[in-house]
Amino acid sequence: MSTIQERTIPLYEEIVNGYNRLVASDGDLRRARQSAFDKFRLLGFPSIKNEDWKYTNIGRFLKDEFALGVSAGAPSVVLPEAAIIPGLDGYRIVLVNGVWNGEVSGGPLPKGVEIKRVAEAIQDPALAGYFENGKWGNLAFVHLNTALFTDGLFIRVNGAVDKPLQIIHLYSTERNLMIQPRHVWVVNANAELTVVESVFSVEAEGKRGEVKTGEVKIWVNSLTEIIAHTDSRVDHTVIQAAAAGARLVNHTTVRQKKQSLYNNYTFTLPGADLVRNDLQARLEEDHTETHLYGLYLAAGQQLVDNHTLVDHQKPSCFSNELYKGVLLEQSTGVFNGKVYVHKDAQKTNAFQQNNNLVISKKATIDSKPELEIFADDVKCSHGSTVGQFSEDAVFYLRARGIGEETAKALLIAAFAFDVTEKIKIRAVENYINQLISQHIPVQG
Amino acid sequence: MLIIRNLHAEVEDKQILKGINLTVNAGEVHAIMGPNGSGKSSLASVLAGKENYAVTEGEVLFEGKDLLDMAPEVRAREGIFLAFQYPIEIPGVSNINFLKTALAEIRAYKNLPPLDAKEFLQLSREKQKLVEFDAKLVNRSLNEGFSGGEKKRNEIFQLAMLEPSLSILDETDSGLDIDALRIVSKGVNKLRSEKNAFIIITHYQRLLEYIVPDFVHVLYNGRIVKSGTKELALELEEKGYDWLKEESREKEVTTV
Repeated sequence: MSTIQERTIPLYEEIVNGYNRLVASDGDLRRARQSAFDKFRLLGFPSIKNEDWKYTNIGRFLKDEFALGVSAGAPSVVLPEAAIIPGLDGYRIVLVNGVWNGEVSGGPLPKGVEIKRVAEAIQDPALAGYFENGKWGNLAFVHLNTALFTDGLFIRVNGAVDKPLQIIHLYSTERNLMIQPRHVWVVNANAELTVVESVFSVEAEGKRGEVKTGEVKIWVNSLTEIIAHTDSRVDHTVIQAAAAGARLVNHTTVRQKKQSLYNNYTFTLPGADLVRNDLQARLEEDHTETHLYGLYLAAGQQLVDNHTLVDHQKPSCFSNELYKGVLLEQSTGVFNGKVYVHKDAQKTNAFQQNNNLVISKKATIDSKPELEIFADDVKCSHGSTVGQFSEDAVFYLRARGIGEETAKALLIAAFAFDVTEKIKIRAVENYINQLISQHIPVQG
Repeated sequence: MLIIRNLHAEVEDKQILKGINLTVNAGEVHAIMGPNGSGKSSLASVLAGKENYAVTEGEVLFEGKDLLDMAPEVRAREGIFLAFQYPIEIPGVSNINFLKTALAEIRAYKNLPPLDAKEFLQLSREKQKLVEFDAKLVNRSLNEGFSGGEKKRNEIFQLAMLEPSLSILDETDSGLDIDALRIVSKGVNKLRSEKNAFIIITHYQRLLEYIVPDFVHVLYNGRIVKSGTKELALELEEKGYDWLKEESREKEVTTV
């Protein structure tokens, strides 16, 4: 397959050249990169023949030429107003095209928190092991990232961080660019970490308005590995608000150890051409707790795909998942929620729910729960719904003097409420509600 | 205030209203009674602007304006209020935010500025007291998990907040126990004035013991077949609807 892709996908040649340059200059991870690159070449970019990409055809996004951001310096950009969360008391760090400049705002980090650029961390023999993980199966984009990444964020936490850590990812380019951020976050035993991540695409400083939004493409193939050690607690919010022209492919693997707690809240807003999230919780030890909440609000020609996996490997773990989608205009949504309960994972509690509100006749959603259960003493449930506005509810609101658009906006906000109310930080909840309201009301 | 002339309407190609004539003036309370399926709730829905009803003939003037030409929200802003027979539950929309939005839109339509938070709170407290609406319900999601009686009382609370000129109560008494019925009626009686009017649609005479109407109309087979004063309601309670059905059938025969 990849030989065909070599001829038909312009990006392919750039990837091979980029890889060769990288391996020639960088000795440290040569073996890991080599093996990952071999796997990527074997797999190629996923096509709809691949079960995990059946409803997400990335063919049209691969037609453009891209340069690889392997050694490209980060452009100078201004933090957009929209990225600031009013009233959030936290530490803030900003990454531009996956590169952190080392600054922290909101005060010096507490003692137990260590943040390094990945470019530095890979030089450290004690940390390099975190980047050599090769057990990624058939995940082509993950192998591609492993072969080509150069930077990202390494975080290690001991003890509890007193305030949330806000990580803002800004992406900016003047020509088509593909970048591969790599993040490793280690939350040690008994430690607590609250992270609020957000993703924005911005124009380079002084170039505002020169290039039309959406004309320049940026492809972000990001990989985040989170290790939640025994009795740790991780609260992780992700807000995806990139603009047209952005193609975001994110893989997040969370490895949960004994009695750890991991909460994820993923919000995808209109803008980016393509968002593909792979969120995998690997419950590697017993008595863990996992909550995955997601809300996707898709518009325009957007394609938003959330693939989640909760991998119950050990007994007595609890997982709960609620994803809700609002599909506007000509958008396409995909939800694939897999729950895998291994033979050893007795006393598993695993719940999953996906609800979709399809606003426009031209929008589509493919929702697919996948439960594979090999243990016999478990409690598992799943449900999936696809619906439209309740005509009765719209009429009820209109009969009280509320205009049709406002009525629909109220109903969308109400639909989203089940997810937004789960956010524990009030300032973040308000901020997200604000972002959502900017995209509604809309014409059906 | 409201003039209905020869109103015909159908739903899913079925003729439901077959020539309604009714005039309601400010300060009046009209009761509309009739057996099941006679068109009572359909009349309420047509007046409120429910879209699955198609008006095939006739006209409705509200304060001299063509009501049938208005979107449901415009009718509400002009001063029409329908208390629903089955109020809708809307999880995630708080009762109070819903009312704040509704009131702001109605005021904007009348070129009035929205009430500030303090004024709104004050108004809301005053009206809650007036109609004896539980303060705990005000901040809950709209009708979510409310009992039948609580939903109906919420309708009356909304009515009190929005201060419409014409209120249509669609079987507000159905599903109410005697205490709830008394509270709802008391609320309505307090809201009655020389400037507003009520159309009370009901199946039973019971509600009319509490809210005393000026006029009683009997709707049967899509037409008003008899009109009278409050004594008519008592007669109906005693004799049922059968004699009217007979009478109307005879009339139909003679007209043919």
